[in-house]
Amino acid sequence: MAADTSWADMTPDEKRAQRLDAWLNPPVEFDSPEAEGLYKARVGRFIDAILLEKTPDRVPTRINAGWWPATHAGLTPYDAMHDSGRAHKAWIDFNVEFQPDAMVGPLLYTTPAAVFEALDYHLYSWPGHGTPNEASYQYNEKEWMLPEEYDDLIADPTDYLLRTYLPRTVGAFAGFAGISSFADFTELPFVSGHVGAWGSPEMVTGLESLARAAREVGTWQQQVFPTLGQLMAMGFPAYDGGATKAPFDILGDTLRGTRGVMIDMFRCPEKVLEACERLVPVAIRWALKRPAPPATPVIFLPLHKGADGFMSDEQFGTFYWPTLRKVLMGLIDEGITPFLFAEGRYGSRLEIISDLPKGKTVWLFDQTDMARAKETIGRVACIEGNVPLSLMHAGTPEQVADYTKHLIDTAGAGGGYILDIGAVADAGRGENLHAMMDTAKEYGIY
Amino acid sequence: MSTELVEALVGMREKDALQIVEAMLDRGEKPEEILAQSGEAMRIVGEHYEECDFFLPELIMSGEMLKKIGALLKPRMAAQASTRTMVGRVVLGTVRGDIHDIGKDIVGFVLDVNGFEVTDLGINVPEDRFVEAVREKKPQILALSGFLSLAFDTMKSTIAAVEQAGLRGGLKVVIGGGQIDATVRDFVGADAYGDDAMAALRLAKEAVGVS
Repeated sequence: MAADTSWADMTPDEKRAQRLDAWLNPPVEFDSPEAEGLYKARVGRFIDAILLEKTPDRVPTRINAGWWPATHAGLTPYDAMHDSGRAHKAWIDFNVEFQPDAMVGPLLYTTPAAVFEALDYHLYSWPGHGTPNEASYQYNEKEWMLPEEYDDLIADPTDYLLRTYLPRTVGAFAGFAGISSFADFTELPFVSGHVGAWGSPEMVTGLESLARAAREVGTWQQQVFPTLGQLMAMGFPAYDGGATKAPFDILGDTLRGTRGVMIDMFRCPEKVLEACERLVPVAIRWALKRPAPPATPVIFLPLHKGADGFMSDEQFGTFYWPTLRKVLMGLIDEGITPFLFAEGRYGSRLEIISDLPKGKTVWLFDQTDMARAKETIGRVACIEGNVPLSLMHAGTPEQVADYTKHLIDTAGAGGGYILDIGAVADAGRGENLHAMMDTAKEYGIY
Repeated sequence: MSTELVEALVGMREKDALQIVEAMLDRGEKPEEILAQSGEAMRIVGEHYEECDFFLPELIMSGEMLKKIGALLKPRMAAQASTRTMVGRVVLGTVRGDIHDIGKDIVGFVLDVNGFEVTDLGINVPEDRFVEAVREKKPQILALSGFLSLAFDTMKSTIAAVEQAGLRGGLKVVIGGGQIDATVRDFVGADAYGDDAMAALRLAKEAVGVS
């Protein structure tokens, strides 16, 4: 690749090679040569597992941890969202104790509750604000998008979000319901008709709330970014560089809601399909069009509404998979490695999702049969998982070690596998996690 | 019994089903007959679900169609006591700390259309509310829903609270939710767990001794 080749002229493989190189060689001052060695070995291990071109030195390990670093340190989720200092220390200690190959990062779990309070965020409840201190933040199921609003979403998704959806779901945006199209600014004569609404009481209060939320985030970032830097300097690479979702999940998770989108598949299937198509470029740009490029080549997609039981194979093949696949290919074209978390069971979907280019995606499975996954999607993608959450919480170290060995033997045969817990772990027995990690290091050598 | 209405409901054809109900009412059919046919349709929907032809969307759509039919029938039904024979009583809820409700609602719906009297306590239900409901309603079945791993611990404390109140004996405790399995069943002290609403129905029928 010539030094003066612009990004736009690069092939997807060239873009990916550049991203992988940046992941392997970050602009980080490591604490020691040992730390740098650990970092490069870990990233190298992930790259080997993902590309499916050779086996790594051993099975790479990740920890699918939610609040576990907090609960392991005796903190509640409420503590983590109200005391960044203690929370960040808990996350560092967790990484140091368990030594995963990818850092367990604190970003999602130490964002201060004050941010969401300032925004008056209705979509979720969080500890101390609708859920108990010991519970995680949780989504408030509702038809936030009304069925008659499909045409608005399809015509102009961002305009729909900004002027209809956000005023309904985030209190700080209430004033945006009263503004007219931003196209007004493209012509001087139309400007005055637009600008007045920015002085409404709801807008003025809302902008102050947004500024307050931004200040809270700023204060927190002064702690969390050094924490991330500290972890990297110790030799723990980041794994996800960002996230996006399947178009059907964008529609069905927090716009129409679960009940809403399922009923829409019967009442207005053509609108569901059109909305999902319209959301494909939105989903791709959501991950990529940001102020800074993704820190790693891996972009995370949590998969929700397509799991076994949530729809038939026919509905999956009609409503869910085609537009998800378009998003994945769009990301792959930009040198990104999509990392998909198939929560629940995906046994009936394994054949259809195998229609993907080889060595370009990672699939984390929850309760799917990993031997079947290896025979199907595992031929074209790196698979990850699936030590059960129930074992971590209520099993014994011996049970965890046995399960892990079995995974290494089946899912890990020949490489193309990352050991992980199958679902997001908010708590569990530390000795069980030690058993999982120790087994990988002792038994998982290729 | 396969009628136009049953076929429309099983076929998820909402507009057709409602038109048929209105036509039936116009020609003087009894609301009870319409309810009976709706119940038969739900039985067939349940069979399709067991056979893995139908999934959650069909159960939710069925609930929607039944709600609309119920709204059409309500003005026509006499203010009479329900002549439904109850096969059993269930207290149902999502445990403290968890606000997931869709699975619980489906379970409640399926149990209700199959003749169970369901007391749905809602979401984020503290231990003492479950105890109070069990004491008051004297159900054969206590059904606990929980999706988060946090729910493992609150299911355990809920069952312990029921035991401490002297109400555990003779009560069948069943649990369900995304991460629930045999390990969790043993951990929390439940009698059984189910993967879905039809499993809940099977367990409930076993508990009251019907097939």
